[in-house]
Amino acid sequence: MEDNIIVKVSGLTKKFGNFTAVDNITFNVKEGEIFGFLGANGAGKTTAMQMLIGLNKQTSGEAFVAGYDIRHESEKIKKNIGYMSQRFSLYEDLKVWENIRLFAGIYGMKDKEIAEKTDQLLSRLDFEDERNTLVKSLPLGWKQKLAFSVAIFHSPKVVFLDEPTGGVDPATRRQFWEMIYQAAEDNITVFATTHYMDEAEYCDRVSIMVDGRIDALDTPTNLKAQFEAKDMDEVFRKLARKATRD
Amino acid sequence: MKQFKAFVVKEFYHIFRDRRTMLILLGMPVAQILIFGFAINMEVTDIAVAVLNPSPDTYTNQIVERIDANNYFHVDYTVHSQNEIDELFKQNKIDLAIVFPNSFNEDLIESGKADVQLISDTSDPNTGTIIVNYATGIIADYQKEINHISGYPPYQIVATTQLLYNPEMKSSFSFVPGVMGLILMVISTMMTSISIVREKERGTMEVLLASPLKLSQILIAKTIPYLSLSFINLLTILYLAYYLLGVPIRGSLVLIVAISTLYIFLSLLFGLLISTIAKKQVEAIIMSGIGLTMPVMLLSGMLFPIENMPFVLEKLTHIVPARWYIIIIKKLMIQGLDFSFIIKEVSILLGMTGLILALSMINSKKRLE
Repeated sequence: MEDNIIVKVSGLTKKFGNFTAVDNITFNVKEGEIFGFLGANGAGKTTAMQMLIGLNKQTSGEAFVAGYDIRHESEKIKKNIGYMSQRFSLYEDLKVWENIRLFAGIYGMKDKEIAEKTDQLLSRLDFEDERNTLVKSLPLGWKQKLAFSVAIFHSPKVVFLDEPTGGVDPATRRQFWEMIYQAAEDNITVFATTHYMDEAEYCDRVSIMVDGRIDALDTPTNLKAQFEAKDMDEVFRKLARKATRD
Repeated sequence: MKQFKAFVVKEFYHIFRDRRTMLILLGMPVAQILIFGFAINMEVTDIAVAVLNPSPDTYTNQIVERIDANNYFHVDYTVHSQNEIDELFKQNKIDLAIVFPNSFNEDLIESGKADVQLISDTSDPNTGTIIVNYATGIIADYQKEINHISGYPPYQIVATTQLLYNPEMKSSFSFVPGVMGLILMVISTMMTSISIVREKERGTMEVLLASPLKLSQILIAKTIPYLSLSFINLLTILYLAYYLLGVPIRGSLVLIVAISTLYIFLSLLFGLLISTIAKKQVEAIIMSGIGLTMPVMLLSGMLFPIENMPFVLEKLTHIVPARWYIIIIKKLMIQGLDFSFIIKEVSILLGMTGLILALSMINSKKRLE
């Protein structure tokens, strides 16, 4: 292989009874890449992501995350990934530093390392004054930045973001994406689902899921050329038209 | 282990940050003990008395006088038959009846010993016994007095008591084991299930499950704060009951704490089981509130004696863990019995624990497919 593959998926399928939520998907994600995982609501992207991070068991197929098999090495996978769920996922009744310390502790970091990195993080985010603030009194954009910082605090190999920017204004979204770029520069692979097609343009490569299948996968530039579209929004609409699910 | 510790610390923060809930949890046992303990009026005044005295003599008249002269009693009726007494009790006009036998005087002088019967209404057992104890005390004082005067041979006036309506005084002190059964269940079951379901509702559970923490670690860490709270409450209840209300602790304290631990453990498991079913905090509250707390109040014997229940309800009480717990605590605490008398109840609680453990394990596995 020319690049290091960090997420390798082949023939991954998930069935709930007669319903095939994820239908035989195959793709690779390269190390250090920002990979956009797109699809309409109900297309199966959250289910697919949950299988990769061990929240859901696959029906068939195989996948490797950070070199570990999702079928029987999910413990090891969990140590090497970060996850930020679509519902903003810090504890509102804990202070900023307590949230950081909790998750760092859960990922087994040492106290000294936690203290040092917390100081660095807070100064980088310009959050020093908010160290002792309860998370519930922060504005949403700040919470999301903090949630992302917490998700990559233990320097995972891959961070999975499930619609990370829902409900925030465009300016904050742009700041958020700057943080994502920064993470990618630090060699953390970013795997993100999103609704926003302008965000898809920021990704190195995107896949588009329709009815549980991956119908397109390439760089945004190539996809626009392939579908003769002026932007990703149009690519998406052309593909989504084929969907038969509600 | 370090990860686990970080998580337990966080659980305690949740409790300490929510001051109002913490205050309720810690104050609830105190409030319940105080309400149950003092709302049941311990000092009885204004006791209406009826006297049946077929052959009045100096002694009987003096006894009646003494009683009437006492601040707590007033003799309102002098009756001539047992039927009249029954009627007065039924109409709630008297609290105590004093019945002298026909031969009181002869008995006392000839054999030195005479009986007097005290009848009281123990449908409120505390009041009933207190009244009888007061009256017995007055009669005993009187006996001392006449013996002091007459010298040898000592006269003996034996007050035999008859307790109407609830002769075994089934609910006396029983509110303390009842309060224990209720509060430990509320805290362990309701609070544990709410705290787990809250994580599901807010989406933090997903993040935890995607982290290196194991599900079992998360669940155990969740129960630890409520386990500690339950112990604090258990000790508060025992302390207040013993020192404030004078409820006896006749049996082994170690055994009481051990059995309570088993009961707390069972309640925590119920909480876990509910948390595997409920998706919203409201559901968890309804399930543990209506599904568990109400049966504990109504069917455990805490408020209503199980003996008086209709057949079906009586059978239903068998599946309420609190029923068995309350029986055990009554036996240990009030009756002062040892372990050999509670083997049956303990086995039932152990069986229930095993069953719920199995059910919640099956359920939480299913949830992850």
